[in-house]
Amino acid sequence: MTYLADVGALARKDLTLELRARDTLPAMLLFVLSILVVFHFVLPPESSDLAAKGLLWVGILFTALLGLTRAFAAEREDDAIDGLILATRDRSAIWLGKALAVFVFLALAELVALPAFALFFTDIGGGTIAGVVLADVGLCAVGTLLAAMATASRARELLLPLIFLPLAIPIVVGGVGASVGSHPATYAGFLALYDAIFALLAWASFDYVLTE
Amino acid sequence: MRPDRLPVFAASALALMASAVAVVAYVAPIDADQGFSQKIFYFHVPVALTSYALFGWGAWKALRHLWKRDERADLESYVAIHLGVIFGLTTLLTGSIWAKISWGRWWVWSSDQLVLFLVLFLFYSAYFMLRFSVEPGPRRANLSAVYALFGVALIPVSFLAIRLSKDIIHPVVFKSSGPDMSGKMFLAFCVSWAAMLALAGTLYHVELAGKRLDQRLKELREVLAS
Repeated sequence: MTYLADVGALARKDLTLELRARDTLPAMLLFVLSILVVFHFVLPPESSDLAAKGLLWVGILFTALLGLTRAFAAEREDDAIDGLILATRDRSAIWLGKALAVFVFLALAELVALPAFALFFTDIGGGTIAGVVLADVGLCAVGTLLAAMATASRARELLLPLIFLPLAIPIVVGGVGASVGSHPATYAGFLALYDAIFALLAWASFDYVLTE
Repeated sequence: MRPDRLPVFAASALALMASAVAVVAYVAPIDADQGFSQKIFYFHVPVALTSYALFGWGAWKALRHLWKRDERADLESYVAIHLGVIFGLTTLLTGSIWAKISWGRWWVWSSDQLVLFLVLFLFYSAYFMLRFSVEPGPRRANLSAVYALFGVALIPVSFLAIRLSKDIIHPVVFKSSGPDMSGKMFLAFCVSWAAMLALAGTLYHVELAGKRLDQRLKELREVLAS
């Protein structure tokens, strides 16, 4: 249980930080609303609702990216990450705690974005909601590990989208399929498979990303 | 591999390449459906398979680095992925030429393999961005290795994703019931594939030798400077 206690403490730390400083979630909210407005002007007037549903996934992907870019900002300052490495018994707890915090931010942003999408464009069904939840798990699991990698490099914010987007393409396929496809369950199953594979891989390899 | 064996290996790769060209040109029959242009298949598919083999080899070396702390594995993994990207780009180019001849367009999203190679090309190009924006050292080796391992997981997952995302018009040559080819076609294909693997192996050892020499030179310079 000590492992879960570590994870809980780390996730709570990020949420408390956000509650006090409020520097990530408002940015994500404002960004996703802005991008929905951009979509309205991107879509030609006679385009179908399917196109809008596809574009929703662009919005989700980039909102997640925005949150992930900031994910390790607090740890980077004053090399606070070294303290975390010393404090935790198992370093993968840092990954899990951070992924949970990012998941909460992303879910909160979507709690505003999805109704806004329904208001601006078209209704969303159960398939989309299931797809969004499953996709969020994958985005946060993979994204947190890649954000830690990007933090270690000189390029940082520049690097994260480059390494993140190719890995996120299967998530987009699954998500769009769950939203607009005729067999949403197949795509939801695919997303669950993706989540399982990459969460396991990220959990097992996070130790190596942090240490030498 | 010992350096004195490399010329022999390179010569056999060259001989295999020459015989592959000969077998493809003279032994393999003209395809009844697509005519002469189908012969690009004997290069396109072996190059693609060799590219997978190189990515797999790179991931294997990455695993060796993380697991056994094999010091030489980092450079070997990098060289394999570097060559894999070059072979992957060749796959994209030959595939594009074949698409133009068969389907009349330079790029078709309906071809699973081409789209997969585009995704992999983007993914492994970012590998270089990652690798060269981190200071050389154990940290960089770890990050590169983890990224390379993500790559081999991405290959089947992306393939499944692309299959799911569209209807299929790409000719599927390898089916579960065995290859859909005549004996001579299969022979040409095998010779060509062996040639590509030998070529990849030669390039791998040449690049590795060069990189090791570079490293050695750098170490010697540091010794001299201090």
